[in-house]
Amino acid sequence: MSLMSDPRWGEALTHLPDYLGNHVRVSVTALALGLAVSLPLAIAARKAPVLRGVLLGIASIVQTVPGLALLALFYPLLLALASVTLAWFGFGFSAFGFLPAVLALALYSMLPVLRNTITGLHGVDPELLEAAQGVGMTPRQSLFTVELPLALPVIMAGIRTSAVWVIGTATLSTPIGQTSLGNYIFAGLQTQNWVFVLFGCIAAAVLALAVDQLLALIENGLRNRNSLRASLGGIGIAALILATLVPTMARGPSSYVVGAKTFTEQYVLSALIAERLRGAGLTASSREGLGSSVIFDALAADDIDVYIDYSGTLWLNQFHRSDMLPREQLLAELKTLLAKQNITLFGELGFENAYALVMPRQRAEALGIHSIADLASHAATMSIAGDYEFFSRPEWASLRKAYGLTFRAQRTMQPDFMYAAVASGEVDAIAGYTSDGLIAKYDLVVLDDPRHAIPPYDAIMLLSPKRAGDQTLQAALKPLLGKIDIADMRAANLRASGNDATSSPDAVARWLWDNVAKK
Amino acid sequence: MPPAPLIAYVNVGKHFAGRGDERVVAVDDVSLDVAEGEFLAIVGGSGSGKTTLLRLANRLIETDSGTIKVEGEDVRALDPVQLRRRIGYVFQSGALFPHISVAGNIGITPKLLGWPAAEIAARVDELLYLVQLDRERHRDRLPQELSGGQRQRVGVARALAAKPRIVLMDEPFGALDPLTRDTLGDDYRALHRKLGLTTVMITHDMTEALLLADRVAVMRTGKLLALGTPAELTRSRDAYVAELLQTPRRQAERLNELLPRGAT
Repeated sequence: MSLMSDPRWGEALTHLPDYLGNHVRVSVTALALGLAVSLPLAIAARKAPVLRGVLLGIASIVQTVPGLALLALFYPLLLALASVTLAWFGFGFSAFGFLPAVLALALYSMLPVLRNTITGLHGVDPELLEAAQGVGMTPRQSLFTVELPLALPVIMAGIRTSAVWVIGTATLSTPIGQTSLGNYIFAGLQTQNWVFVLFGCIAAAVLALAVDQLLALIENGLRNRNSLRASLGGIGIAALILATLVPTMARGPSSYVVGAKTFTEQYVLSALIAERLRGAGLTASSREGLGSSVIFDALAADDIDVYIDYSGTLWLNQFHRSDMLPREQLLAELKTLLAKQNITLFGELGFENAYALVMPRQRAEALGIHSIADLASHAATMSIAGDYEFFSRPEWASLRKAYGLTFRAQRTMQPDFMYAAVASGEVDAIAGYTSDGLIAKYDLVVLDDPRHAIPPYDAIMLLSPKRAGDQTLQAALKPLLGKIDIADMRAANLRASGNDATSSPDAVARWLWDNVAKK
Repeated sequence: MPPAPLIAYVNVGKHFAGRGDERVVAVDDVSLDVAEGEFLAIVGGSGSGKTTLLRLANRLIETDSGTIKVEGEDVRALDPVQLRRRIGYVFQSGALFPHISVAGNIGITPKLLGWPAAEIAARVDELLYLVQLDRERHRDRLPQELSGGQRQRVGVARALAAKPRIVLMDEPFGALDPLTRDTLGDDYRALHRKLGLTTVMITHDMTEALLLADRVAVMRTGKLLALGTPAELTRSRDAYVAELLQTPRRQAERLNELLPRGAT
């Protein structure tokens, strides 16, 4: 199939009004805020060398923080702030999505504007400043009729640079819950949908170029005192904002928001949940590519309504428990812990996505290995591979302690390559993920853990505090509980890791539902 | 009793901070009166304090000691912005605002004073005529489209726009070629008389000062060395004043020899 006739272009296009609209809104707001702060600061600093140095220093430091980290930092910061205002003044605000994205991007936009405004004003001929004073201008009149107009080309160059930066960096606001053109890129990277990645990159680049050219038109008009060009540029930008506002305004406001973390399975499950909600006549939208800690806090704060998490992840990472309980007990305990935060553990989907030791089926059978206990006696002559964090995680320590495991060698690998490596015999065992589709593809076997060294990682559906009593929602999602077994999920994940039209999360979600509905 | 001077400097001093603790004296105890309608030239080399002395009058620079009165009022009691709007100021190389048209440059002070637009437009046309620029050809041009001489004519027009009684000029013709400089000097002198202006002009060129001004003040290292009409200056016993007068004198004698009258 040729690249251009791929149906995924069409699918990407259907998301465009939503993604582009959000992207434009967050970028323009951030840019406006950045300008509103940095222009007056730069003007105030033009005759104060110390302030000038301090401002440029701070702005440069902010610039060295990677965009993704800056965006991520604002989320917990605002969350803490929101809880403070709630406790002291009786009101909170959503620290999810728009607000942290705007603040971080605004901060990011400041350096070019500050630097160019300061440089531009500094470069005005001192003789003209004296002339402005000499003809009887006040400092303010001198600023507005002489200094700013003369510095305008340099200032506008700064604004244009910062506009392009902000539009580019806004793609990184997806993981903190702000929908943007980055949704294409993050989803595409996770599900190996290169059409989406390409589409997102092109859309962001076209948007940046368009805004840059419109700003150039305004600059050109202002410089040549051509009000036609200046207003054309202004109208262009206003039209862009309006055009992106309309489609999202037209959509219903009271829709359910489904969250998804950053890996393929999560994209498929959130697509499935959204599809079920729509099937029940509800409106649903997705917030995809959210970081593990962001997504839980977002649910607790009612910013998203529902998502799938894993019992062991919450147990270890969210509640910092190190004791290992049997599956049922752990779920019950978790339910109580979640209820304290008004979060509903609605139920299990029916499969686990846990770390597990995995071997080729034939080799395991030949050696008579069924459980990790069986493996332990062979381990001294074997090698094992795991992902980048596995060997430093509590699960590994716990495994070694419980079974006295000592391997001949251990290696870290990119998760996608581990399965092929163990299938080809390059390593003898791997620490894989139980729901990974590649287990079926390479005919591997998951070894039992009779001593429960690894906590259970049941996929569980969580509901936000405000949806605790929502019968419509619960009725729509109830059919999913207990219906997705490990074989279903592996097959779905395997499909989604493909690179064709049937591998999009929506298509895989439909296929998965067809399977589940038959049961 | 003679009429009160229009500008009066009394024991005026000004110094600037130099390198380290050094103090650079720019104007050292200068007292000087400029009568209404007078054309005064201040002559001196660079660093003589002549530009500082001029700028103290409209408070582009503030005095350290002594008093300056303009039209009878102590300048320190006046709002500096209002003061500057009623004193014309011509800058060294014109210092026109490059992003504003000729008409806009000329009309700037009236605009700051809030004159109605029609009145400003009429005043701009009148001034273009006075400084001998063509209304059609120059009015809407940007400064960089004009020649050096035309630019300085606009500079003069800008200084005169709000109908000031006093015009301060900071080496206004220094950067022009000799012919343009000569014509412009004469043209300004004619305007000075016609409009009844009081002019203080700074120059480093004694010949120009002698030819244009009623009285000439000579400054050196912040001090006023001599003040008087050209004839009075010749009687000064100051060596520096004599040295300054030597050049125009020698030029005049030499030219007389080369171009005897009636020989054309």
